[in-house]
Amino acid sequence: MTLYFENARLIDPEAGEERRGNLIVDGARIAAVDAAGPPKGAQVIDCASKCLAPGIVDIGVQVGEPGARHKESFRSAGRAAAAGGVTTIVTRPDTDPAIDTPEVLEFVTRRAQAETPVNMRPMAALTRGRAGREMVEIGFLMDAGAVAFTDTDHVVTNTRVLSRCLTYARSLGALVIGHPQDPGLSRGAAATSGKFAALRGLPSVSPMAERLGLDRDIGLVEMTGARYHADQITTRRALPPLRRAKANGLDITVGISIHHLTLNELDVGDYRTFFKLTPPLRSEDDRAAMVEAVDSGLIDVICSMHTPQDEESKRLPFEEAASGAVGLETLLPASMRLYHSGELTLPQLFRAMALNPARRLGLPAGRLAAGAPADLVLFDPDAPFLLDRFALHSKSKNTPFDEARLQGRVLACFVAGRRVHAKETA
Amino acid sequence: MSFRARHLLGIEHLGPDEITALLDLADRYVALGRSAAKHADVLAGMTQINMFFEASTRTQSSFELAGKRLGADVMNMAMQASSLKKGETLIDTAMTLNAMHPDLLVVRHPNSGAVDLLAQKVTCAVLNAGDGRHEHPTQALLDALTIRRAKGRLHRLTVAICGDIAHSRVARSNLLLLGKMENRVRLVGPPTLMPAQAAEFGVEVTDDMREGLRDADVVMMLRLQRERMDGAFIPSEREYYHRFGLDAEKLAHAKGDAIVMHPGPMNRGVEIDGTLADDINRSVIQEQVEMGVAVRMAAMELLARNLRAARENGDG
Repeated sequence: MTLYFENARLIDPEAGEERRGNLIVDGARIAAVDAAGPPKGAQVIDCASKCLAPGIVDIGVQVGEPGARHKESFRSAGRAAAAGGVTTIVTRPDTDPAIDTPEVLEFVTRRAQAETPVNMRPMAALTRGRAGREMVEIGFLMDAGAVAFTDTDHVVTNTRVLSRCLTYARSLGALVIGHPQDPGLSRGAAATSGKFAALRGLPSVSPMAERLGLDRDIGLVEMTGARYHADQITTRRALPPLRRAKANGLDITVGISIHHLTLNELDVGDYRTFFKLTPPLRSEDDRAAMVEAVDSGLIDVICSMHTPQDEESKRLPFEEAASGAVGLETLLPASMRLYHSGELTLPQLFRAMALNPARRLGLPAGRLAAGAPADLVLFDPDAPFLLDRFALHSKSKNTPFDEARLQGRVLACFVAGRRVHAKETA
Repeated sequence: MSFRARHLLGIEHLGPDEITALLDLADRYVALGRSAAKHADVLAGMTQINMFFEASTRTQSSFELAGKRLGADVMNMAMQASSLKKGETLIDTAMTLNAMHPDLLVVRHPNSGAVDLLAQKVTCAVLNAGDGRHEHPTQALLDALTIRRAKGRLHRLTVAICGDIAHSRVARSNLLLLGKMENRVRLVGPPTLMPAQAAEFGVEVTDDMREGLRDADVVMMLRLQRERMDGAFIPSEREYYHRFGLDAEKLAHAKGDAIVMHPGPMNRGVEIDGTLADDINRSVIQEQVEMGVAVRMAAMELLARNLRAARENGDG
């Protein structure tokens, strides 16, 4: 099957530019960009001047399999991803039980293959049961397809355990993903310390806890030479040590969730639990600093940190409510806020949402180039809409963007040259 | 009458005119409470439910007495002992109670914001009797009434709030109310018991009692919870009393006619000297208890009035 996308606004994160052009897909791969005309027999898709970009590679998606399928199954997550222009979900191991053996990893891989139209790459836990004591079978898990190792928001508090994990991971070239947070300071916190948290009477954590966690991890990376990615850096104070570590040549990258780039602590308002996240939303000053850090390339990856929670987990007093937000379907439209505000360009956004995460995980996706996988998203960055959370494909509807005015709709999504989503009216 | 609120969830949502209106009405109930009859029947036929998810003797009995003096049918529910142990959620409990058609729901809960959440789900008027570290509006109102009666005004006073500010809903509500009424507020306490960036509230912050009390008109002491004295927030009880406990020597830095307040229950010899607490020339702690009943009567009457008006307009 050959597809010819004509009249497209090509978003090329590798070249860091956007331009008018066409693109040919042959089978599962991109065959050519900017060809002279459609090859014989190709199906022509008129993009009508809308944007064609590499599909999003979303690091850190939580699916409720195994253990919480009522919150999100591979089927619902896959549909949500396709509708959101996410062509690769990189799943988290914080399931029940945790994904910490090759057997569980094979189970989720099989489930994903059977149920999702998008690519799925699993991450595995770094320690058994994410308990921070014994390392998992990193080698076997890599053979089974694990692309990274992380205990997610369970910080490995024992530095001796973590240093051994990093040392062992380094010998296999495995990527370790940390959650930079000092667990002593952040325990029980539901908000970032400051005037807002004090007025609301919420237990809070100093933004310094993130820097303390990052400082420690940087030290251990320098000691072991491991490949390291921080799941989310969300505070201004963490940036100077990060800049130094990168300048010193350590193999460190960092990510941030779209929520921390587009929302701040005041959005919690009168205890709105859909805005309760881990780490908690930060000050506007921190948010602005994070956008600048994405602009300068200091922050490498933007993700959705998709965390489905059902109504029962959220309809509780703020301190007791579950943390996290769904984001697969809202990542792209929310990111368009940064484009429309003039803070980031489309190639910059797709560098952080597609190219960089793919590169970091050693995946060939994220590029508009001959030979790359035909994982593509066609979207209209201007189309306005009012988000209705009950229209989301996710089983869980816990989005902070409920009833928000957003711009940017996915018109179609292709995985390996196959159309996996088309807007109903498109 | 300028009291518009549907619920009393916090001082944050009240305007200065609403605070004044409520205190004016409360003044009348103080007089009633001192008379022989003590009864007004403005809540006759109405049902008041007190839901306390956290143990309380003073506040609960004060609300109960206030409701009874206004002629309401008052029911107390000890929530620690009931459905929460059976796994029922706060929302379900609220819905169950709502089906009994109460008119006034008085709620205390250990989590900040829990009373706001409950208020969204019921059709009656909700009074916050203390939620976590967030607000305790009737305490701030009774403190305001006590101050107004002792000082003759509720503006341009210097008020020192001393002790465990960080964990105190009483401090939150008081600093909001005193700020709205244009007073000068000082927060005094050890830095481990002070919220981060407390100065951003538009108040003065100090960890020196003598400096904090200097020329104060009102000295408001807060209770220090026993579980915070074990070396986690302060080194010891005796060091705390030495540095932050109110005694005659420290009080001498305040104005000569400064009044001493405490929301109770007191830890004598920890945050306040026992003799000073009983000194009727300085301490208004007993008056605070009396004002509590009057302020709660006023708050419930005003909310009941708004509730009736809303029901007559068909949007209750």
